[in-house]
Amino acid sequence: MSDIASRVKAIIVDKLGVDENEVVTEASFTNDLGADSLDTVELIMEFEKEFDIQIPDDQAENISTVGQAVSYIEEAKK
Amino acid sequence: MELKRVVVTGLGALTPIGNNISEYWEALKTGKSGAAPITYFDTTLFKTKFACEIKNFNANDHFDRKEVRRLDRFAQYALVASDEAILDSGVDLDVVDKYRIGVIWGAGIGGLETFQNEVIDFAKGDGTPRFNPFFIPKMIADIAPGNISIKHGFMGPNYATVSACASSANAMIDALNYIRLGYSDIMVTGGSEAAVTQAGMGGFNSMHALSTRNDDPQKASRPFDANRDGFVLGEGGGALILEEYEHAKARGAKIYAEVIGGGMSSDAYHMTAPHPEGTGVIAVMKNCLENSGLKPEDVDTINTHGTSTPLGDVAELKAIKNVFGDHAKNININSTKSMTGHLLGAAGAVEAIASILAMQNNLVPPTINHETADENIDPELNLTLNKPQERNIKVAMSNTFGFGGHNACVAFKKLDE
Repeated sequence: MSDIASRVKAIIVDKLGVDENEVVTEASFTNDLGADSLDTVELIMEFEKEFDIQIPDDQAENISTVGQAVSYIEEAKK
Repeated sequence: MELKRVVVTGLGALTPIGNNISEYWEALKTGKSGAAPITYFDTTLFKTKFACEIKNFNANDHFDRKEVRRLDRFAQYALVASDEAILDSGVDLDVVDKYRIGVIWGAGIGGLETFQNEVIDFAKGDGTPRFNPFFIPKMIADIAPGNISIKHGFMGPNYATVSACASSANAMIDALNYIRLGYSDIMVTGGSEAAVTQAGMGGFNSMHALSTRNDDPQKASRPFDANRDGFVLGEGGGALILEEYEHAKARGAKIYAEVIGGGMSSDAYHMTAPHPEGTGVIAVMKNCLENSGLKPEDVDTINTHGTSTPLGDVAELKAIKNVFGDHAKNININSTKSMTGHLLGAAGAVEAIASILAMQNNLVPPTINHETADENIDPELNLTLNKPQERNIKVAMSNTFGFGGHNACVAFKKLDE
């Protein structure tokens, strides 16, 4: 697993209080990991802080799974 | 229309002297102080370095990690205390009509620590407003009753009362009236507060409201003593299940007491100072007697607001003498704040619970830490000093007054069958 992926995973485990094994690439924050609308906003903010990036709201709307978050951040950090 | 009768069928408490009802009562009757040096933050630069914190409370024992992060301490206390009360009431949540169950909850401030920490983080940054999305919903005072209803599915009336230190007494009175008027069968009521934070301690210190007896915290809360020097900040929660009498009877509920009335008034005088003649406090006790259908001589005990401040304690006792006349000296007057400290918005609830437990046990908890008589206090008044007193209690009253001049008084009666 890439460094970005493992850091993303750690944030999700911490913020959503879920088990590490559940945080798989296809997992949806809301449908699989129990996040509500506020959790999702918080996750995006944590990603911004951790990776020192800005994720505009219209882009954030497209990040709803673990895999999508990792890809977005990898792209942003290139 | 005829008002319905209302009884108390469940109690819950999370206090600085006991983390549930039985521990709380044990501590009340033995005269235990909840004061100790503050553990939550470094008090080096603070004028007052002690408070009545909740002890041995680990949020993770009650909530999962995600819940802990989205609940300010005041909301955690609300959920823990109300859970105990709901369980104690024996209400079967699978069979009751949840549209007929409401929650009215008092908090004088709400999520002060959440507010403080979010603003500190913001001030440390570059001015970009990166507030946590949970900031507002964690902080607002009404999130406590909101969370109680979410947890249990209670779909009746739901809101918070905010009247500083009278908040949970106002909550109880509103809850009483909703049932009296037939709007609800059951109300979860009470209050919680968690203001032992830098902002809370610093703010109250600036008002010269807090005791600074740093060399002896356990003796600091000394209502009615000549050398009292301010209140001791406390925290926690108290919950009561109020229920329509016939509803309680029909399900064979255990009944602690009848809630027979409540009084409310305002000083209309000063933001924080009590009225020197106690006119608002006189009015609130008279209102309570009238609302409860009581004569002054019916009252056996008064759990005073009695915060251990120089002005407030004397004004309250003067008002009691004014309202009760000669009977005042027959009343067991006490202040449980001598033990618990001042729980602000939760005070009305935990003190009403103390009054109900006193009635049940026919024992009035003491006003501890009294050493020197205050010459401004009539020595004929029975202030239940230092030792509990046995008494067959039929009617108990509980006073609370809040900054802003809010006064609220609630009356309880042993149930007549």
